[in-house]
Amino acid sequence: MTMKKPFAITLDPGSSLANKTGSWRTERPVYVHRLPPCNHACPAGEDIQGWLFHAESGDYETAWRHLTQNNPFPAIMGRVCYHSCETACNRGTLDQAVGINSVERFLGDEALKLGWAFAPPAMETGKRVLVVGAGPSGLAAAYHLRRLGHAVTVIEAGDSPGGMMRFGIPKYRLPREVLDGEVARIAAMGVTFRYGEKVSDLAASMAETHADAAFLAIGAHIAKRAFIPAKDSARILDAVAVLRSMEGAGPPMLGRRVVVYGGGDTAIDVARTARRLGASEAVIVYRRTRERMPAHDFELEEALQEGVKVRWLSTITGAEGGQLTIEKMELDAAGKPQPTGVFETLDADSLVLALGQDVDMSLLAAIPGLVTADGVVLVDPETMMTGQPGLFAGGDMAPGARNVTVAIGHGAKAARHIDAWLHGTKLAPPAERPLAGFDRLNTWYYSDAPASLRPQLDLARRTSSFDEVQGGLTEANALFEARRCLSCGNCFECDTCYGVCPDNAVIKLGSGMGFTINLDYCKGCGICAAECPCGAIDMVPEES
Amino acid sequence: MTQNIKFYQTGTFTVGNRLLDPEHRAVQASIQRDNSLTSGHRACQGCGEALGARYAVDAAMRATDGQLIAANATGCLEVFSTPYPETSWKLPWLHSLFGNAAAVGSGIAAALAVKARKAGLERSAVRVIAQGGDGGTTDIGFGCLSGMFERNDDVLYICYDNEGYMNTGVQRSSATPPGARTATTVPLGPNPGEEFGRGKNLPLIAMAHEIPYVATATVADLRDLEAKVEHAMSLHGARYLQILVPCPLGWGAASCDTIRLARLARETGLFPVFEAKGGEITAVTKIRHQQPVENYLRLQKRFAHLFGDKGRPDIVARIQAMADKNIRRFGLLEAAE
Repeated sequence: MTMKKPFAITLDPGSSLANKTGSWRTERPVYVHRLPPCNHACPAGEDIQGWLFHAESGDYETAWRHLTQNNPFPAIMGRVCYHSCETACNRGTLDQAVGINSVERFLGDEALKLGWAFAPPAMETGKRVLVVGAGPSGLAAAYHLRRLGHAVTVIEAGDSPGGMMRFGIPKYRLPREVLDGEVARIAAMGVTFRYGEKVSDLAASMAETHADAAFLAIGAHIAKRAFIPAKDSARILDAVAVLRSMEGAGPPMLGRRVVVYGGGDTAIDVARTARRLGASEAVIVYRRTRERMPAHDFELEEALQEGVKVRWLSTITGAEGGQLTIEKMELDAAGKPQPTGVFETLDADSLVLALGQDVDMSLLAAIPGLVTADGVVLVDPETMMTGQPGLFAGGDMAPGARNVTVAIGHGAKAARHIDAWLHGTKLAPPAERPLAGFDRLNTWYYSDAPASLRPQLDLARRTSSFDEVQGGLTEANALFEARRCLSCGNCFECDTCYGVCPDNAVIKLGSGMGFTINLDYCKGCGICAAECPCGAIDMVPEES
Repeated sequence: MTQNIKFYQTGTFTVGNRLLDPEHRAVQASIQRDNSLTSGHRACQGCGEALGARYAVDAAMRATDGQLIAANATGCLEVFSTPYPETSWKLPWLHSLFGNAAAVGSGIAAALAVKARKAGLERSAVRVIAQGGDGGTTDIGFGCLSGMFERNDDVLYICYDNEGYMNTGVQRSSATPPGARTATTVPLGPNPGEEFGRGKNLPLIAMAHEIPYVATATVADLRDLEAKVEHAMSLHGARYLQILVPCPLGWGAASCDTIRLARLARETGLFPVFEAKGGEITAVTKIRHQQPVENYLRLQKRFAHLFGDKGRPDIVARIQAMADKNIRRFGLLEAAE
């Protein structure tokens, strides 16, 4: 107050920073990480939003490394996964779902092209695990167990790895060099593979490999049969055998007119394979309607494009000398097909049954503690452990949907719990993150951007060769597609909260570090939370 | 694929983006932004005017390298930022009277011109803005402002339009929209709220002065606002910018809805966003996702009497007709008839 001041001025000038307006607040903004719906839907447990974040900046190798923390097969997934992530994608409500599957394939192909390898485990645990079966589930388990530092031996009855990925999925969907490339990367981590060896005595095999634990993933390879009265002259095969023989020296003799009985993806695979082998007619006979078909609609659509025909609402009641007897069906009130007593005939050089597969139980009978029900081995759904301690099971032989992605998820989950079991601990179930729903997004901020489509092989070549039908995205398209991700529930550093605060109370920490709230000045107006495009800010009441 | 790469991260809707070069991000995305109106000010929660003022003055500071003086009219902006002896302003800032901000700005500009001439310079490097609310601009300060336009004084005048006298208790101004309740336009009788047919459209009046630059903007479109301030500061002579700044208190809206309301004002067509040079409209911001006015009105208690059991759908329809007229008059929709 000694300073000489102008007339009528008694106080020194000060800054409003002295006025801590944070005391007005009744709610505070809190940055959250919600579970994006894609991650929630992924049977293999991928952090999709997480790896897309890296792909968006063009850092494909980091994206690939992030992806493969959960799933070692992006190039395979990008071809055969039924991508429930895209069905769940919030962008589907806005315009079209992000092409997650096609970006995943791009990353997988990039890794194969550039020879990216998995890092060896940081340390060896000295523990040994036996994996029975080199299908998707067994391979995934082997990969994760090896990453955790365990010595892994995989014993496979077939003469090459892949299981149903090789013997069930045709080449035009999954070229074998892709499969071999992704499996080779797992072998390169130091996993031991033994082929052409059927495990008949598990205890002996475990003793011989000094295994401390085992993971069973023998799949379901026995074709289901249906009783069809048939004379000797009728040629009846099963879908598993037909697809398996495609991997052998001589393709199966199916003839010119091929009828496939069943409505799953396998039935469609067989019909499309028959067209490629030169069948002029490939007809699928199915009891119900298209809406009720278990096969994926895009697969049916591709089959129809290739000239495959479908007889809906039909069953096969007899086979004799190149002719099938078909009975028309109709759906009752409950949606079940009922016979109508109306019969037709259908010419067929061969009939292929694609009615599903069973697990080969003969291997399992001798193992103490295993409980089976409905043709599968029961496991603890939390840990994948069977009734016998230290023995885990997954894939098609365990309960659950039967597809490659689910099998990989089983393998990954089993590996985590095998690891815990080997250390004498139990994994606590991961904390449930709340879902990042569409209603939390502020979609105004997202530019309109329709999905990029993958190229498809010319139709003429699709019925004459086993070349891959679905092409991959170019780098520019993959980048575009990755950048369509809305980053649901997770901050992507768009600076909107930082910009829209009327009180400058959002502190920007710099690239990669996000933001924090300056509670000295935050008045709790909630604009940051309302305007956050991706719903990564919650308003939380202050304690009174 | 001939599609332009225009996905959300490098789109123009968010404030910044980690994938964009820093120079392509908004001023407000920068850690180095001036925060010309700093924290601790006494504006209400969610104040649109505090936001609009920081957006505009920060952009002007960047455009002039910090060589900026502001004259401020009486009003919320002055009261909440400078309770004696504190100030939130981080630039030379003068407040004189309610109605003379434009005249004070003109005087500062004249003084700077004289100083520059005496120093042998063509013109001063220091630039001038004058700013106020809609009351101080469209009503009380209108004469001074029209004079500043007429003399083409080298001042950018920024009007933060919250459609009423909010600081003194929400009275009507000549920028209050028809149908809106204020303390002086009560929601009673056959014509509740502000009457139709009154008020001024100051951007159009400014254009009639044929000054170099007139523009409108909202706090919902930051990049557009910054671009307009930057362009205005690249010009000399009288310039006018009117920014729609929703007022949670006066409009009876949730404090978190400030930007949403500004966005809706534009997307309904009620607040046309455009720029004009020498009296002619040169650019219009098109409506992106057109909305009925009801979506805008229902968020605000000042229009609550238009809805509910005793609602006035006829008045809502008249407000919709105003929006439709704006859309026709300014060509606010893409030409996809």
